[in-house]
Amino acid sequence: MMIPSVTMALLKDKLSAFSVKGILLPVFGILVFILLWQVGASRVHTSLGEFPGPVVVYEQWNSLVAEHQRERVKEDKFYVRQEERNAERQAQDPSYVATLRDYTGKPTFFDQIFTSLYTVLAGFGLASLIAIPLGILIGLNRSVYSALNPVIQVFKPVSPLAWLPLVTMVVSASYVSDDPMFSKSFLTSMFTVTLCCMWPTLINTAVGVAAVEKDLLNVSKVLRLGWMTHVMKIVIPSAIPLMFTGLRLSLGIAWMVLIAAEMLAQNPGLGKFVWDEFQNGSSNSLGRIMVAVLMIGFIGYLLDRVMLTIQRFVSWDKTQVLR
Amino acid sequence: MATHLDISHISIEFPTPKGPFKALDNVSLKIEKGEFVSLIGHSGCGKSTVLNIVAGLYDATEGGILLDGREVKGPGPERAVVFQNHSLLPWLTAYQNVELAVKQVFRKTKTKKEMHDWIMHNLELVHMTHAADKRPDEISGGMKQRVGIARALAMEPSVLLMDEPFGALDALTRAHLQDSLMEIQKDLNNTVIMITHDVDEAVLLSDRIVMMTNGPEATVGEILHVDLERPRERLALANDPRYIDYRTQVLTFLYEKQRKVEPIQAVTKSKKMATSAKVANA
Repeated sequence: MMIPSVTMALLKDKLSAFSVKGILLPVFGILVFILLWQVGASRVHTSLGEFPGPVVVYEQWNSLVAEHQRERVKEDKFYVRQEERNAERQAQDPSYVATLRDYTGKPTFFDQIFTSLYTVLAGFGLASLIAIPLGILIGLNRSVYSALNPVIQVFKPVSPLAWLPLVTMVVSASYVSDDPMFSKSFLTSMFTVTLCCMWPTLINTAVGVAAVEKDLLNVSKVLRLGWMTHVMKIVIPSAIPLMFTGLRLSLGIAWMVLIAAEMLAQNPGLGKFVWDEFQNGSSNSLGRIMVAVLMIGFIGYLLDRVMLTIQRFVSWDKTQVLR
Repeated sequence: MATHLDISHISIEFPTPKGPFKALDNVSLKIEKGEFVSLIGHSGCGKSTVLNIVAGLYDATEGGILLDGREVKGPGPERAVVFQNHSLLPWLTAYQNVELAVKQVFRKTKTKKEMHDWIMHNLELVHMTHAADKRPDEISGGMKQRVGIARALAMEPSVLLMDEPFGALDALTRAHLQDSLMEIQKDLNNTVIMITHDVDEAVLLSDRIVMMTNGPEATVGEILHVDLERPRERLALANDPRYIDYRTQVLTFLYEKQRKVEPIQAVTKSKKMATSAKVANA
């Protein structure tokens, strides 16, 4: 009888220790932040009114959700109307071929989130497709490293805003098509993201590849592994932890760069939403921008969590502390 | 009969910032098929360097190595190496680690089924079938070394090279593995070169013990034939006067003839030189 009660007590201790660290402390931190935010915000006055506090932001969030729902209803009605009209004309004249038009309403906050998300994923995906193979090549071969290192070091610190005009001009000059698969603004944002976020993946992959343990290289030599087997079986697995460090840094940068690029280039996305609200200058604008700021942060956090989950799944080193 | 493995007058120099460092000078050794040879010497005497040259991981500056009358160039599975720290790929299971070697060596000569049986056979030799699906971080140091040995044996090498294979293990595990190795050796009768700094291990396992002088410019000092009938029992041998005599001979060589008498400062200096040689080589 004694033993179960002792274990129960221990279990309780452990559980409570876990919930203190895992739930109570973060909740406490958030509450303190909201309190400071409320107190601080009420003291900052701008030409557009008070700096938005938590309550205002919550209201604006609700209004953005409502706006989105209204817009969806309008869109549905539009399509229903179009269908009815086409059916009517077809009934009068059976040879009539209906032209289907897309709804052209104003993109809502949530449409902009969706646009930003797929743009960042496309840009990050393209960057990874370039950076990982190139990183492996650089890591394996000192000559390639020496040749490419100066170029990498110069391009790495370039701000996205500097790239943007060049990318815009190149895309408009070279992507000429009557029936474009992608919009130019999407390509401009995507390439800017790619150019800015590929460096951490490139460098970390190269370092990871160059740091393969000497003993494992000797194993590969004794087995006379072919180049491909050597890379697939020895080099890549052992570089994976660092590769993911790079990928996570890259994705973080990609997200930050994208918002800036969208603001500057007026390309659709969350950045444009922020800029439009700023230009709009209504009494709601600051609150809406604050909603966007929080949303940008939250999405950035989610993206990092997704990468972390993938890393947990892919990496062989289960002892590595991932955070 | 021609010599199986002929290490002929090899010397090696490593470039260092202070000029070339001659680690080995004129090392010669002839080894017959099925012979178990130990190299023993103080640390830094270049015994691992000899092994690495035979493995083909280092190139000798002078001299060369003949295996069955053919010159050794570069590393290869016919000279399998058991590394000191197991060197298993941490992302593969024990089975997959052996499989990597087997696929590489027997890809053209064995069917899938035969390869599987061969992998399991080698894991069985080292008593590791029960942990075939475990990854290196899930098994003990001794078990890792067993898998390392299985991997090397699975290559069916002409010469098995072992670089202080049991050096990182505790005494009891080491004794276990030595017994396992003797058992395997009885069945397979491999040609083995083993590096060790353990006198008992050398006498217990070897047909011949090659004692090396201190570096730099290390070379073969003395060679001791161990004429103890096999199978050898470690307990029975402990009081055997011949065993004690062999042991004493090795100890005498190491601690009287080749005693490291350098003052402490010189020792650190020579260590530094050894390190710089390693760095230059890395």
